[in-house]
Amino acid sequence: MRAYQRKLDIKNGCVDLSHGSGGRAMAQLISGLFHEAFGNEWLARGNDQSAFDVGDGRMVMTTDGYVVSPLFFPGGDIGSLAVHGTVNDIAMAGARPLYLSASFIIEEGFRFCDLKTIAESMGEAARVAGVHIITGDTKVVERGKADGLFISTAGVGVVPDGLDLSAENARVGDRVLISGTLGDHGVAIMSKRQNLTFETEIVSDSAPLNDLVAEMVEAGGRGIRLMRDPTRGGLAATLNEIAHQSGLGFHLIEERIPVKPGVAAACELLGLDPLHVANEGKLVAIVAPDVAGAVLAAMRGHRLGRDAADIGEAVADDHHFVQMATSFGGGRIVDWLSGEQLPRIC
Amino acid sequence: MKYADEFRDKAIALGLAKTIEAETDPGRPYRFMEFCGGHTHAISRYGLEDLLPKNVRMIHGPGCPVCVLPAGRIDMAIRLAERPDVILCVYGDLMRVPGSQGASLLKAKARGADIRMVYSTIDAVRIAEENAGREIVFFAIGFETTTPPTAVMIRLAEKKQLENFSVFCNHVLTPPAMQNILESPDIRKIGRIEIDGFVGPAHVSTIIGTAPYEFFAEEFGKPVVIAGFEPLDMMQAILMLVRQVNENRHEVENQYSRAVTCGGNLRAKEEVSDIFELRAQFEWRGLGQVPYSGLKLKRTYAKYDAEVRFGMSELRVDDNPACECGAILRGVKKPVDCKLFGTVCTPETPMGSCMVSSEGACAAHWTYGRFRDHQQRRAS
Repeated sequence: MRAYQRKLDIKNGCVDLSHGSGGRAMAQLISGLFHEAFGNEWLARGNDQSAFDVGDGRMVMTTDGYVVSPLFFPGGDIGSLAVHGTVNDIAMAGARPLYLSASFIIEEGFRFCDLKTIAESMGEAARVAGVHIITGDTKVVERGKADGLFISTAGVGVVPDGLDLSAENARVGDRVLISGTLGDHGVAIMSKRQNLTFETEIVSDSAPLNDLVAEMVEAGGRGIRLMRDPTRGGLAATLNEIAHQSGLGFHLIEERIPVKPGVAAACELLGLDPLHVANEGKLVAIVAPDVAGAVLAAMRGHRLGRDAADIGEAVADDHHFVQMATSFGGGRIVDWLSGEQLPRIC
Repeated sequence: MKYADEFRDKAIALGLAKTIEAETDPGRPYRFMEFCGGHTHAISRYGLEDLLPKNVRMIHGPGCPVCVLPAGRIDMAIRLAERPDVILCVYGDLMRVPGSQGASLLKAKARGADIRMVYSTIDAVRIAEENAGREIVFFAIGFETTTPPTAVMIRLAEKKQLENFSVFCNHVLTPPAMQNILESPDIRKIGRIEIDGFVGPAHVSTIIGTAPYEFFAEEFGKPVVIAGFEPLDMMQAILMLVRQVNENRHEVENQYSRAVTCGGNLRAKEEVSDIFELRAQFEWRGLGQVPYSGLKLKRTYAKYDAEVRFGMSELRVDDNPACECGAILRGVKKPVDCKLFGTVCTPETPMGSCMVSSEGACAAHWTYGRFRDHQQRRAS
């Protein structure tokens, strides 16, 4: 006979230590909340792992931890972010993301209703991105040992034969393309931080970029040298990284770099440089000059690349400087951010 | 962005650049010191140097309060924050300022000191109200601009009858530092460079007004033009300085008339003089002891003075002997002339005052301008 088990009280209940102990309560949490939200054939089998088929091509794998504060922010939450971030890291290889794992570290006392909202948001983000969350883990820690909820996701994808995006492919004369406005995610998060609350209409740009990437690859093929998503440290960190890895430098034109007026105003207020502020739904692509026009057109034709722009070029530079012609008429370096701008942005 | 873009207009900038070029005498140098870190930052961030003729040189002064805070004062704050009963409230840009032997508030916080970053003095008062059993100390720092908010905070603490609140006062004054640059005894050691004029502070002058600079103009025969922090403000101020030099005038002129008056903010000055008084001297990182350059709380407010309340003893830490900040702050040397610049001294691990915050001369040059060193080397 099956033992009676009270249903999860999603509305008023909260996670306690028993939900991480391996007993019935944990099984109930997993099946009642996570399986419900992620629903797929792999999870339904209930194994400790999931086996899956992959098509032709090389596999891509990545992992990322999410500790964003606050958990809910304009334009998303930790759940959607945990899917988009990992999907995008895979997509930056020009790959098609396929499967994700999700690991939850939950602080005791975390409300079921928030956990359900976050899990459903993850499920929805995965469906939109066309990936499946096929394995996972749940741990509960005592009150005060984690700030509500941390999520870690890993993902695998497949990159088509012949495509090998990497910084060492970059060449002098390559164009620097970005897919849209900079700094939206960082400003959206900052606007909701305790002590820092300010009013803005800016929402996070958190979004899965794999569909946009597929169209870019279609248009540019091997002319796309590499792609990166400029998350923490912003465009400045990403381009400095690429400069050092490729042995080149970059020349940017500030006037061409799209920044929303609301983001520019918030950065002005907070003394930040939009080029240092995090993005979660933008990419920068280094592209051979002969296909740059076609790739840019493909980007602009996509919902997530409407504001895409050609913002500069790769140059020979032994010092690997990222330089920029300022909109004021002078020149300057775009350096890495030194120190910390704001912790726990993703 | 309204009220900002108007002051960053490229066409007007290029027009001003042409006028400056046309009016400067190629046969003589024009060496102007911008005192404020805000100006230094604007020059670097907008690449103003590229718009000025070669014989117009900007010397970056000591006007960044974070940069000039000496290591000893940081050590004192760390020692205070290590007390289990204390919550130290600080502005975020102080966290990385180096104390002695690589110590910083950031590292002290990681080791367990209760140090909280606040965005305004009001936050510190709120923390004091919420933590009745703890001692809340606000690490007050800054020039004349940030002193009035500290005064207001002390008034608020008094009104709320907070018994657990005090201030570690590190407020400093602009005019004594400007004077020190022109006539300090150190000049004999490090040599001197003529300064042909000053770009006067923007925000500081909104409080103190233009009157305090009259002394410089007269006593030292130096033109002073008070300028706003936007790049066009700077360009216009430089043109005004060039004209004064050409016409052999040394007056105080006010480019920033949209915010600065002759008398300044009377109410703010009154609040400050009610609560604070001059220290006989105060140490500046890079400049050493500067007479009558710092403020402390008056004896009537001693209960809010953390130095009195906790019997804090003054700590002195010598600057690194290889550090050239003193000479750089006076325009005698440039950042690249310092052996430490870009080697052991970088924005990640600053050794001297000029590298401590992005408004310091070395940090601004490293972060925004160091490509020019390589261009110059190639050209020569």
